[in-house]
Amino acid sequence: MIGMLITATISVTMIMVLLVVAGTFTWVERRLLAFVQERLGPNRVGPFGFLQWVADTVKILTKEDRPPPGADPGAYYLAPAVGATPILAGFGVVVFGDGLTLAAVDVGVMFLLGMMGLTVYAVVLGAWASHSRYALMGGMRAAAQMLAYEAFLGLSLMGVVMLAGSLSMTAIVEAQRDVWFVVLQPLGAALFCIAGVAAAHRLPFDLPESENDLVAGYLTEYSGMSFGLFFLGEYLAVLLVSALAVTLFFGGWHGPFLPGAVWFGLKTGVIAVVFVWIRATLPRPRYDQLLNFAWKIALPLALLNLLLTGVIVVARSAS
Amino acid sequence: MTRPNAVHALLYLVVTLLALAVSFFALGAAFAAVLLIMIYAGAIVVLFVFVVMTLPTAPEAMARERAALNRAWPLPAIMSVLVIAPFLFGLGEVAPGIAAPVSAQAVGRLLFGPWALAIELASLLLLAGLIGVRHIGRSDRVRGDRR
Repeated sequence: MIGMLITATISVTMIMVLLVVAGTFTWVERRLLAFVQERLGPNRVGPFGFLQWVADTVKILTKEDRPPPGADPGAYYLAPAVGATPILAGFGVVVFGDGLTLAAVDVGVMFLLGMMGLTVYAVVLGAWASHSRYALMGGMRAAAQMLAYEAFLGLSLMGVVMLAGSLSMTAIVEAQRDVWFVVLQPLGAALFCIAGVAAAHRLPFDLPESENDLVAGYLTEYSGMSFGLFFLGEYLAVLLVSALAVTLFFGGWHGPFLPGAVWFGLKTGVIAVVFVWIRATLPRPRYDQLLNFAWKIALPLALLNLLLTGVIVVARSAS
Repeated sequence: MTRPNAVHALLYLVVTLLALAVSFFALGAAFAAVLLIMIYAGAIVVLFVFVVMTLPTAPEAMARERAALNRAWPLPAIMSVLVIAPFLFGLGEVAPGIAAPVSAQAVGRLLFGPWALAIELASLLLLAGLIGVRHIGRSDRVRGDRR
């Protein structure tokens, strides 16, 4: 009973910390984007504009939020929550340092993939419930895109699972004590990063909400905190994908001098910033190019990577 | 759950699948639970939603569905009772020690050891499905003979 209470307290604390981190990340992203585009970005509220996200949160919480006529109110309000909850649940199995985890599940990596797969319901449901053509088209794109990219997201990291011989995040990090898996699995790492950007549907893979042809896609009819919750889910997804990339390919909490959790946080932060950098740099591909790339190039490459890794692992264990 | 609105019905299906995954997890089969979430909830039902999303939800269509569902309640009701009854009568008689955790490695050894033939048969079935999809999805058949 006391153990459950402790776990519940830690979970609630972690959710609070994650919400603050996600809020801070929105500010980091806006300022970085601004610098890349030679503007200043939000710099008025607090030191260097750091408190901008607090002001935005207050604004978004006090905004009116009503479903449009003809919408399905239940599904309309459910959708944003479905977007944020699985991602928060996914953080429960992330190993932040040696033994620093909420739930030591021995299929941690697959649990994360499953949770990220569930977020597609948020987009599809929100799109359908909005009763709007733009939203519906965004939802259809989202469903096709997420299916295409999750297919090789899972396959791209199975090479790592083979090398580590386990689906547990702790075991995978321990297996990288000497050499990071990004060195042994460069193709897997590259495919994982592409699929990760698509799974978090960030630019250049944000076709579901592409503003130049779909207004805002599935977000078109949303306002107030429902809109905010969608975005919270998206930023948390970016952080989750970054944490997963650090665990799988960049040595997790291993690093000299500093404690493990600090290294983990630093690496995750760097990868999250790379996400912003990619967003600022790359243009958005056409929708059919996106799907063709996923099914005809990335998926076969991921399978090839898996086959080669399998052959090498078996050959090494036989000799 | 019988709903006149197909998307709502699919949502209930997703909730059922998640509940089933939690049951698997509680019984120690974490690998099966995660696979259930990834493949059924994360991929297959998404495809259903993808199709059903485009169905009309106009009031007259809903009324037609409701009329059809009005006659269809006895069988689901009997099935629900059959499922709920053992659960109610069996409460408090849970034998301890049943829920031994099964590792992913153990599942893999079983699948590619004693059950290898079943796996190969299932893969043949999937291959047949793939070829079928390729055949149906050929664009030159849809648009008439271009080549």
